[in-house]
Amino acid sequence: MPTIYIDGTAYEVEAGKNLLETCLNLGLDLPYFCWHPSMGSIGSCRQCAMVQYQNEEDIRGRIVMGCMTPVTEGAMLSLQGETASEFRKSVVESLMLNHPHDCPVCAEGGECHLQDMTVMVGHRDRRYRGKKNTHRNQYLGPLINHEMNRCISCYRCVRFYRDYAGGTDLAALASHDHVYFGRHKDGVLQSEFAGNLVEVCPTGVFTDKPLLNDYSRKWDLQSAPSICVSCAVGCNTSPGERYGKLKRIQNRFNHEVNGYFLCDRGRFGADFVNSDSRLSFAGVRQEDGSYRAIKADDALSEVASLCQQGTVAGVGSPRASVEANYLLRRFVGSKHFSTGMGDLECALVRQVVDTLSQTRAISPSLHQIESADAVLILGEDVSNTAPRLALALRQAARSKARELAADMRLEPWMDAAIRNLAQDQYSPVFIVGVHESRLNDIAARSVSLAPDDIARLGFAVAAEIAGRRLDGVETAIAALASTIASALKAAKNPIIVSGVSLLNASVLESAAAVAEALLSDEPEEKNVMLSLSVPECNSLGVAMVDDGEGVGFDELAERAAQGDIDTLVVLENDLYRRVPAEKIDQILGDIKRLVVLDSLDNATLSKSHVALPTATFAESEGTLISSEGRAQRYYPVFVAEDDRLASWQWLSELGQVLGLWGFDQLAHFDQVEQACAQDMPALSNIAFAAPNHQFRSHGLKIPRQPARYSGRTAMRANVSVHEPQQPTDDETPLSYSMEGLSVGLPSSLMSYSWSPGWNSNQSIQKFQHEAGGAIKGGSAGVRLITSGLGVDLHNCSVPKPFQPSDTGFLLVPVYRVFGSDELSIQARAIAELAGDAQVIICSDDANKLQVADGDGVVVIAGDTKVLLEVLVDSSLAKGCVGFTQGMPGAETLVAGSMVLLQKSEDWQRRKPELIATDNPNAPNPEHRGVSGVSYV
Amino acid sequence: MSEQQLIQSDIALSAEEIQQIEAELVHMPQKSGAAIDALKIVQRQRGWVSDESLVAIARYLEMSPEALEGVATFYNLIYRQPVGEKVVLFCDSVSCWIRGCEGVKQKISEALGVDYGETTGDNQYTLIPVPCLGACDKAPVMMVGDDLHTNLNNEKIDQIFAKKMGKEEDA
Amino acid sequence: MDVSSTKTPMNEKVLTRNIGPDLVPTDMTAYEANGGYRALHKVMSGMSSNDCLEVIKASNLRGRGGAGFPTGMKWSFVPMGEKCSPGHKYLVCNADEMEPGTFKDRLLMECDPHQLIEGMILAAYTIQADLSYIFIRGEYVVAIERLEQALVDCYKKGYLGENILGSGYDLEMHVHTSAGRYICGEETALINALEGKRANPRAKPPFPQVSGLWGRPTIVNNVETLCNISHIIDKGPEWFQSLGLGEDAGTKLYGASGYVKNPGCWELPIGTPVREILEQHAGGMVEGRKLKGFLPGGGSTDFLVEEHLDLPMDYGSIGAAGSRMGTGTMIILDDKTCPVGMVLNLIRFFAHESCGFCTPCREGLPWTRQVLEDIEAGRGRKEDLETLLRQVKYIGAIGNTHCALAPGAMEPLQSALKYFQSDFEAHVEQGCCPYASDIKALDVKAQGESA
Repeated sequence: MPTIYIDGTAYEVEAGKNLLETCLNLGLDLPYFCWHPSMGSIGSCRQCAMVQYQNEEDIRGRIVMGCMTPVTEGAMLSLQGETASEFRKSVVESLMLNHPHDCPVCAEGGECHLQDMTVMVGHRDRRYRGKKNTHRNQYLGPLINHEMNRCISCYRCVRFYRDYAGGTDLAALASHDHVYFGRHKDGVLQSEFAGNLVEVCPTGVFTDKPLLNDYSRKWDLQSAPSICVSCAVGCNTSPGERYGKLKRIQNRFNHEVNGYFLCDRGRFGADFVNSDSRLSFAGVRQEDGSYRAIKADDALSEVASLCQQGTVAGVGSPRASVEANYLLRRFVGSKHFSTGMGDLECALVRQVVDTLSQTRAISPSLHQIESADAVLILGEDVSNTAPRLALALRQAARSKARELAADMRLEPWMDAAIRNLAQDQYSPVFIVGVHESRLNDIAARSVSLAPDDIARLGFAVAAEIAGRRLDGVETAIAALASTIASALKAAKNPIIVSGVSLLNASVLESAAAVAEALLSDEPEEKNVMLSLSVPECNSLGVAMVDDGEGVGFDELAERAAQGDIDTLVVLENDLYRRVPAEKIDQILGDIKRLVVLDSLDNATLSKSHVALPTATFAESEGTLISSEGRAQRYYPVFVAEDDRLASWQWLSELGQVLGLWGFDQLAHFDQVEQACAQDMPALSNIAFAAPNHQFRSHGLKIPRQPARYSGRTAMRANVSVHEPQQPTDDETPLSYSMEGLSVGLPSSLMSYSWSPGWNSNQSIQKFQHEAGGAIKGGSAGVRLITSGLGVDLHNCSVPKPFQPSDTGFLLVPVYRVFGSDELSIQARAIAELAGDAQVIICSDDANKLQVADGDGVVVIAGDTKVLLEVLVDSSLAKGCVGFTQGMPGAETLVAGSMVLLQKSEDWQRRKPELIATDNPNAPNPEHRGVSGVSYV
Repeated sequence: MSEQQLIQSDIALSAEEIQQIEAELVHMPQKSGAAIDALKIVQRQRGWVSDESLVAIARYLEMSPEALEGVATFYNLIYRQPVGEKVVLFCDSVSCWIRGCEGVKQKISEALGVDYGETTGDNQYTLIPVPCLGACDKAPVMMVGDDLHTNLNNEKIDQIFAKKMGKEEDA
Repeated sequence: MDVSSTKTPMNEKVLTRNIGPDLVPTDMTAYEANGGYRALHKVMSGMSSNDCLEVIKASNLRGRGGAGFPTGMKWSFVPMGEKCSPGHKYLVCNADEMEPGTFKDRLLMECDPHQLIEGMILAAYTIQADLSYIFIRGEYVVAIERLEQALVDCYKKGYLGENILGSGYDLEMHVHTSAGRYICGEETALINALEGKRANPRAKPPFPQVSGLWGRPTIVNNVETLCNISHIIDKGPEWFQSLGLGEDAGTKLYGASGYVKNPGCWELPIGTPVREILEQHAGGMVEGRKLKGFLPGGGSTDFLVEEHLDLPMDYGSIGAAGSRMGTGTMIILDDKTCPVGMVLNLIRFFAHESCGFCTPCREGLPWTRQVLEDIEAGRGRKEDLETLLRQVKYIGAIGNTHCALAPGAMEPLQSALKYFQSDFEAHVEQGCCPYASDIKALDVKAQGESA
């Protein structure tokens, strides 16, 4: 470890770092703007200046940029010296020439890195007499607000948007002091990662528009550690609340999972918590179908009485916590419990659990995925089903660049130099899906195939790795397979990515087959990764709670038909999204009574006899298990209003009212979790996801409100001038107040980061081992699934080749980052972007039908007819037709069925600009299905 | 106009433009490498680079309009606004300044009735300042279209723009 | 253009030997008739690339673009043979002559294009480049035409293309016309421009010699530098050394603009005294004007004054006097011209030509411009002079900024503040420009407000 001298003090520091990182790691405050731990150095802002001396004799020294200067043995530096500090002051002063000083009306105010740095360098008085440059702002869509006058041209936005996230529609325009960061023209930012600009921008150029429209200062937001419920990746989030409203979601750093970045579905989708269709009180259905609100206690006794008559079955949910599902299962008994996932989906998620625990491959964290040097994606459109995973894969593709850089002895943080060196060279990425992916630009080959053929290709690759040729495989597939096989074999850290979304078991099996083949090939040198995506935030959790013992919907239907089910208790689940409506109608018709616990109104709930209002993730605690197999805890950010209760609480109290055995010992969250850990071997470690409610920070609870939380005595003055007592929280170590201490916290309990002088999210570095590294308290969450001895693939069969038929089309699910998810589409901003459900047709078929983007087509599947808007995507696999899975209007369609298409004559086209082009969901019209995609 | 319409509307590159761009692409490892050449090729044909032209070029080079806009707006000699038939590149750098180019510039402005960045009513000339033209021994200098005019003085300006001013007298 | 120069044995014309007073361009026939492409034949019939490198190293040729970096050493950093990963190598001629007050490369390209091309072929051969570009500013219409014609002739003759003169060496050469940006003169910015990108300079390391155009080894040399190559190869390093008067080798194109009797560009032995250039070749000052100071080598070099007239114009001597020889084309400030106005003109240029990448340059230059505009327009204040000194300190040092543009811009300012301080003070005290004709004052005011 080299020794360097800063202002006369000797420090032992890590080699290979730059001086800026090094200073921050030493806890020294060195101001910076353009450098970012995930994006490295370019040396544009010149803020992190230090003085470097040649030797003892050298008293003048010369100014160097910390972010651009590597650590060298014996380096003599000055951070506090006048030359350096005066220079840094001058930099801020010149950044302020054109800055509008509009902090009081700026959404960034109070968490602005520019504010922090300005104070840090001590700049105060304005000396420039000239006029300020001003810019015209652009409309960038419902998520991001643009205020260019505040820009300090640090280039972070374009570096994140273009270089890191692969976006194309944001760029640096013009030059000298007229540099402008924006789009070619007004319009919705197309990248599903645009929201990160809010956190990447060191000042208020890009701000959170929904927050802006209903604004509170950072210091007035109450927050708690949370987990995103928009998909199964399990990104850590920090929701902020005031006045009982969820104001915004910010990234919560987790080195293993989401690092510094979230996707926009996660960031802006949580607004469903504020939806008008939230339930506030328990209700009993009356003759006329309307609901009569009743007190919580009455509701409990009502439900209790219903449950005392006859058999009770329970339907759990992949979007409800492990604890809630566990309690329901215990309440109704494992034989009467359903996971609430469609039967096929349930089987596939089960298959994922088994595969991950049997395979010798690693189920990687996103952080591990970023180090992959060869990628094979089999049938999972990760950009839409697990966006943050797609962002990690983008970084994996840059392994090639890191390789080239190493050969030239360039440090990994020399970002600009490395990009100039590598240009468009990427590590091999092979994408096989039913249509082109938004990762296409980094793909060595991008291929569209029908689901069964994707599996065939997977098996062919596995065979090639083992040095065999798959029997009866088409030559084209075989050729591609051997290309892929050799690339994967050549890699040190190959990764196979697949998932449940195509609802095809063979695809999953083939992915496992490839991983196993690689391990058999040369197990020791290789670090083989297998990442399998599942649909929802707790799909894996509910499958593990069920443990394969529960009943599917088919069986439920039978039992109901036989009158074996009197009361059905449905937990946070809209059954109409799971199985065809007829079947649900039949079940609900055959049972006597339906009890539904949910937070938002939906089709199932409106059929219930008793409805119980549940708290959302933002008002309750719970554990979710991500697709990685990581159990993570979320905590209530604020107290649920009205009669809303966490599902686990409803069920616990219900059990107690009914006097069910053991439920008196299940009154508290920790008790529930303990019981769950004891009953379920697979979940035995779940309690390690986070400390229990007794954890204290130096004897004190952990405040949800920052020290500067204001107006507590006044904020309810319009209701009563008496300040109410702060709510108590007996379930967690957190308190609903500013009192308490948040020192030396485990990261699972860090809801926000703040450090004196560091009011922006950049303060996180004060809590990390090293800039960009893990939190000192360790990374949140616990891995429940560890690799096994290998997947038994002997009795899995290679599917037959898919034969396009001239009579019908194979209906394949197409996912939308904005729209396919049940809850996030209830967020206003997301709904605006989601657009309508669509049928996706490849251009040949579109021509045959004589339809174009925006026309209407009737999709005929047996007796069901669905009228949908057309989106032409020439990259769609031959013989297939896609439909937007999970979007309102397309629920009744079932993936895998054969359908007919018929042009609709009486269809109202939407305004052209609303069709496809400005809808981030749509494939980019610039290269929709034209570039790179080949067919086999 | 939506991007979609823009793309569909009739702003496709001409065969000649495409052939010239292709000639540049031959020695480019990436299509985007020809961005500047393509902008100049299209500008030579069309006088300036309209939004529509820019989108057309971007599509041809498989770049986003933003990426190409970033390039187009960086350089002095890519015109993103209409210019006259001839662009007057007037050197206002140091040697010409010493030799009194500011007086000459006033003269031009009077002669043409335009200031920097403006185009004459008859769309004949656009006046733009340009960095040192590398003919400092003959300062002050300027270019009108492709022709370099040196040792400028009021008389020379009268001669160069005589036709133009003639017109104005008629008018 | 006066290219006459006193014919003494000490003053052999090399770069301009094909350029007569009539400025008729030299075509292939004329060029070859005068020994052109002799060096090319010599090299292709048996000199190894290493032989060439050794010759250039021995010649002590230094870059004529302004920085004066030894050319042979620059080339020696290019990975050769086994040490170089497979792929292209590039040679680029920097013909983006935009340094204010500089007008030498235009002459060389317009009047003797083949001399440049032969030099480029030899340079490319030395580093074993297979692709080469002439990066020339778009305004040089005539030069572009003549270079393109010359390239056609070279391909016809087999001097370019595959298997040049049967040597087995292949080289492609293209003319790239710039879309206009001073910063393209910075070699890494030029490389970005060649890649069709915004011409922001790149961070070094890595240097272009190892990772340049498209991430491949690349050499960027100035026109005048490359024009010397064929002659050095042809006549040898000793001959080249003998041409210089002082420590530096070869001849140099010197020029003078401003109020001198006979502004022009002359090829003289490197190290010719400033006084000789000004008095013998430029014919001294115009009647009624006295020399107040001069920028020795373009707009980004420090002012020198009367006392420096007897210095030899070479890298060392001018450097020692606190300036730089730069491009060797002098801009003369006379006693009737306002030094503040002159500096303002330069700073306005540099502020506009800043690429906008790094803060001190992007924001600092416009601030400096605003202060100078105030002073020149009579709105100046006492503290403005400190502000200017502060800006010089803030922007003026290489390393404070991402590239050398802003430090270069500060050179005329800092030296003007040193030599012409009284003029700055007079502006502030009198509340107007003591030199100003009304027009000038008006114009400055107008621009001052529009800025």
